[in-house]
Amino acid sequence: MNLRRDVFQAIADPTRRAILLLVASQSMTAGAIASNFDTARPTVSKHLQILTECELLEQQQNGREIYYYLNAKKMKEIADFIEPFRKMWDDRFNKLEDIMKKYKSKK
Amino acid sequence: MEQKTKVHAEDGKQELLITREFDLPLELLFKAYTVPEFLEQWMGTEVVKLENKPHGSWQIQTKDGRGNVVFRANGVIHEFVPEQKITRTFEMENTPFGVQLEFLEFEALTDDTSKLNIHTLCRSVALRDQMIHIGVGMAKGLEMAHNRLQEVIGKLK
Repeated sequence: MNLRRDVFQAIADPTRRAILLLVASQSMTAGAIASNFDTARPTVSKHLQILTECELLEQQQNGREIYYYLNAKKMKEIADFIEPFRKMWDDRFNKLEDIMKKYKSKK
Repeated sequence: MEQKTKVHAEDGKQELLITREFDLPLELLFKAYTVPEFLEQWMGTEVVKLENKPHGSWQIQTKDGRGNVVFRANGVIHEFVPEQKITRTFEMENTPFGVQLEFLEFEALTDDTSKLNIHTLCRSVALRDQMIHIGVGMAKGLEMAHNRLQEVIGKLK
């Protein structure tokens, strides 16, 4: 199985990105995570399963509850790979947008 | 918190997808890519040649403050459909990245917004990954060179 590819597929989904943002600040149970979404509970469970499988989330047993927390190392790995490149293009395109807007207003 | 510019690079593939939605009408987005004056401004480079037609060719370059060429890239245009698509090759001269095939698709979303899809194919997975890693460092160096050049030109004016 190709892990990195799965990681990128995992973060391509907006709900999964929102889950990662939620647990970034504190570890949470599946129920607590699901209460933040209108989506059905099994759908959230499926997202959690995918995020866990590709190691972006890790589980920790605490009494009867399972807590999910963010695997910071894995997150850093994907961010480092693509983010500087994305940022470079984002900056360029922002500049393009500014230049063309100025040109438009002059017309 | 949607990002305006998205990059999709699956592991193990030699392709790369960049998408961006612009707060600009399609006409202006297309102009930014095809009018040398605009391209020079946002890319921060000099357009040596830009033949917007099938079988046309293009070349861009950046010089440092002393007038030495620090970056040059060129390619040929295979397909050119105004306000729709450009299919072209891209190669940075004197770099190990090799030639790339680029599919640029321009699309109107509303009267005032548009979208650009860039689909890039590299010769190998390794070359694509290299371009993602090293390409950024190179671009930063070029930006610095360009800023120095702007300073020099500013002084001449």
